[in-house]
Amino acid sequence: MTNRIALSLTINGRDYPICVEPRRTLADAIREDCGQTGTHVGCEHGVCGACTVIVDGEPVRSCLMFAVQAAGRSIRTVEGLAQGDVLHPLQRAFMTHHGLQCGFCTPGFLMLVVGVLEREPDIEIDALVDILSSNLCRCTGYQNIIKAVRAAAAEMRGATA
Amino acid sequence: MSVARHRLIGRSLERLEDRPLLLGRGRFAADVSFAGQLVMRVVRSTCAHAKLLSIDVSAACALEGVHAVWTAADTRGIPPIDIRLTRIPGLEVYRQSVLASKEVRYVGEPVAVVFAEDAYLAEDAADLITVEVEDLPVVLAAEAEPREFLPGLSTEATCLRKGYGDIEAAFAAAHAIVRVDLAIGRHSAVPIETRGAIARYDAPRDMLELYGAAKVPHWNRDQIARMLGRDPASVQLYQGHVGGGFGVRGELYPEDVLVCAAALRLRRPVKWIEDRHEHLIAANHSREQHHYVRAAIDGNGRILAIEDEFFHDQGAYMRTHGATVPDLAAAMLGGPYRVPAYRVEAHIRLTNKTPAGTYRAPGRFETTFVRERLLDAIAHRIGIDRLEVRRRNLIARSEMPYARPLDVLGTHVVLDSGDYAGLLDTALERIGWERLNAELAARRAAGEMVGAGVAMFVEKSGLGPFEDVEISVDPQGDVEVVTGAASLGQGIETVIAQICGETLGVDYHAIRVIHGQTARIARGLGAFASRATVMTGEATRLAAEKLRATARQAAAALMQQPLATLDLVDGVIVSTTAAGPTMRLGALAGALMASGPSLGFPEGLCARASFNTDHMTYPYGVHIAVLRVDAETGEVTLERFLLAYDVGRAVNPRLVEGQLAGGFAQGLGGALLEEFCYDERGQPVTVTLADYLMPTAHEVPMLEVVITQDAPSPLNPLGLKGAGEGGANAVGAAIAAAIDDAIGRPGAVTRLPVTPQRLRAILADIALERRAGSLSC
Repeated sequence: MTNRIALSLTINGRDYPICVEPRRTLADAIREDCGQTGTHVGCEHGVCGACTVIVDGEPVRSCLMFAVQAAGRSIRTVEGLAQGDVLHPLQRAFMTHHGLQCGFCTPGFLMLVVGVLEREPDIEIDALVDILSSNLCRCTGYQNIIKAVRAAAAEMRGATA
Repeated sequence: MSVARHRLIGRSLERLEDRPLLLGRGRFAADVSFAGQLVMRVVRSTCAHAKLLSIDVSAACALEGVHAVWTAADTRGIPPIDIRLTRIPGLEVYRQSVLASKEVRYVGEPVAVVFAEDAYLAEDAADLITVEVEDLPVVLAAEAEPREFLPGLSTEATCLRKGYGDIEAAFAAAHAIVRVDLAIGRHSAVPIETRGAIARYDAPRDMLELYGAAKVPHWNRDQIARMLGRDPASVQLYQGHVGGGFGVRGELYPEDVLVCAAALRLRRPVKWIEDRHEHLIAANHSREQHHYVRAAIDGNGRILAIEDEFFHDQGAYMRTHGATVPDLAAAMLGGPYRVPAYRVEAHIRLTNKTPAGTYRAPGRFETTFVRERLLDAIAHRIGIDRLEVRRRNLIARSEMPYARPLDVLGTHVVLDSGDYAGLLDTALERIGWERLNAELAARRAAGEMVGAGVAMFVEKSGLGPFEDVEISVDPQGDVEVVTGAASLGQGIETVIAQICGETLGVDYHAIRVIHGQTARIARGLGAFASRATVMTGEATRLAAEKLRATARQAAAALMQQPLATLDLVDGVIVSTTAAGPTMRLGALAGALMASGPSLGFPEGLCARASFNTDHMTYPYGVHIAVLRVDAETGEVTLERFLLAYDVGRAVNPRLVEGQLAGGFAQGLGGALLEEFCYDERGQPVTVTLADYLMPTAHEVPMLEVVITQDAPSPLNPLGLKGAGEGGANAVGAAIAAAIDDAIGRPGAVTRLPVTPQRLRAILADIALERRAGSLSC
């Protein structure tokens, strides 16, 4: 498996020319080849959601996608959420509502929720909990994550209104 | 001018930890890489018990980019991994070696390791290794007849016995004897970050470095040094961010030792990151026990004696926790109740499953389920209310401190403080118990299966015997607190900064808490047993008091002011008299660098303190579950869950709530969803997160938390008790009682987790009995 393919990944608006095997996952390419280690790998089989990133506006499991499939598409990771030192409203809300403890699953939750709220700012809370149930957290028991997401959703709606 | 010092202890302040984690700037084990590193891949046994005949590594070695492949022949000089806690003589022969040599004893046991240039390549190479074995019989139940572990050595590693009082007399005089047989499934922590270890040998300094450390870095440092024949001073462990611990992470495992040995021998950094499949079969399991318990009671339902015999499924080897889990189970079974006579036999049995260790509330999740099921059974037998049976047996506040003639973790069990009945009343009032039960009864009458259950427990926390803290101030005014404790993601930096900040008189944002770095402090016991806030917290308070005294004295000398007029507020030495001079703490630290020795402060602005204690603190709690059973599917839906917990003193109430909520979710998993299962040949069938079902946002209801501070610990001046484990402790017990209530069958639940299949089987049995009953009428 030494045949490598040259491609470019666009992460948070910056191009990363890389040369990877066709079997390399997007998660590994983002972390190892592009050095963006904020995206975490928790299960490598698409269950835990820690590796969630946004590809062309859609939250995806980067462990279930090959890097070659993401070539030329717009990838957003947790590193791109804040504006300089100013936290994204969702990041801020996670801090206020103690929505994280160890922080390992947090980037996946942030990207999942940002991806959803940007497309559906008025999504009902029940539908949001449905979506949140696709990612696993082992520290918080989820309720503070839900509180943070509700608060951020309200704030983001206010900002766009 | 008098300036009040800011109160920080007791406030729900935002965490210092959060910002880097939210920005994606965390540094977890997998984020650590070094130039020129090799990646290690472990080849694991696919048999539950077999004789190892041969291992063919030739094809793997021939692969380009593979640097080395090791089998047990290459690690012959490395002794087995030692027992850290509860070392009972006789257990050492059951310890695990870093690679199996003659036999494999569980699916997942390391038999070989590959070192290659890249993780994908290492996995390719591992696939090319063939292991020839001859199957041996498997033991898969702890209560089954023991077999031979080695010639002349039983799979019953030991039987712990504890007890006090005249058991025979109590049972002979009993009004009634109540028996229950209860089982707890095999669960584990399963943190979202898998394990990881990165070793590097720095030849010029002759220093072996291990990254990815957690929980107990100093003990692991000493063991790695001993196992590899090095001076402990030439081994350093570094903890980065840690993606959840809960008992499992940070213990010394074969992989930690293997990366270190390889870094030394191959002279390249070596990185190992566990995959999820490996984690589920290789990291410690926990919980699985079968209890046969009986109580002697008087005519009023008062306990005269409890006798318990239980079987602890240790899995294939004794790991670092030794006999800790069964020892805690045996010692903590009595909980908050008076038990005049007690006898327990704990059979620690080796089986052909993944070895076991601790998991949040070890031994207590299990025995709270056992004890509270027993209390419910006593109530049913005597025909009294299940709350009344508890009230009649609770240890009273006036009996504190309450000594139980038992030992655990090398300490005597002395319940330090508590108002158990008071907390029960608080919990019942908060949930509106009377009204709730009336509503539930009405709904049951209308055909719904709904019910409520109550469980009480005593936790333990703050295990000694010591912890050290060093605090120093630099000329910029930044305060550094160095502790031997560790972080597992629970927020220890914030909590320690709050205690230091309030005591010293500085903003908590100006405090940097250093933990989990063996290079920074000579000794430390780490973070486990809900000990960090209590032990490091009190050591921090002591050191901060000393440093505050030093700062005021030095300032008095430098500023030529009377000591009594100087205070330290928000990092500034101020005069309590009107319009006096001020001096920033950083400036004072800078001044002492030059003139400290001549002023009598040779160490500058620096203080050290140790907190020593022989006894643990004992927080306590009440869990109330309200749930609905779907008779068709066997699904249990939690409608409400109230958790009342006395933490003595909450340094940061929001973080205490966070600990309780997280523990609750894990307890819920253990009560309803999670279980490691094996087929009849010992093949694990729970090997992905789609099989090992952890609660999601769907299953975890909004938790109602009541934190009380009615019983501060008399064992430390702040009154601190731990908060790490009370969230999980009684969830299984409370849910079991609520299911009984919902289906109208006291004592129906005898086994956790109550999966839909098990609940459907219980309901089918009840239906069958009812049919048989109506036929015979």
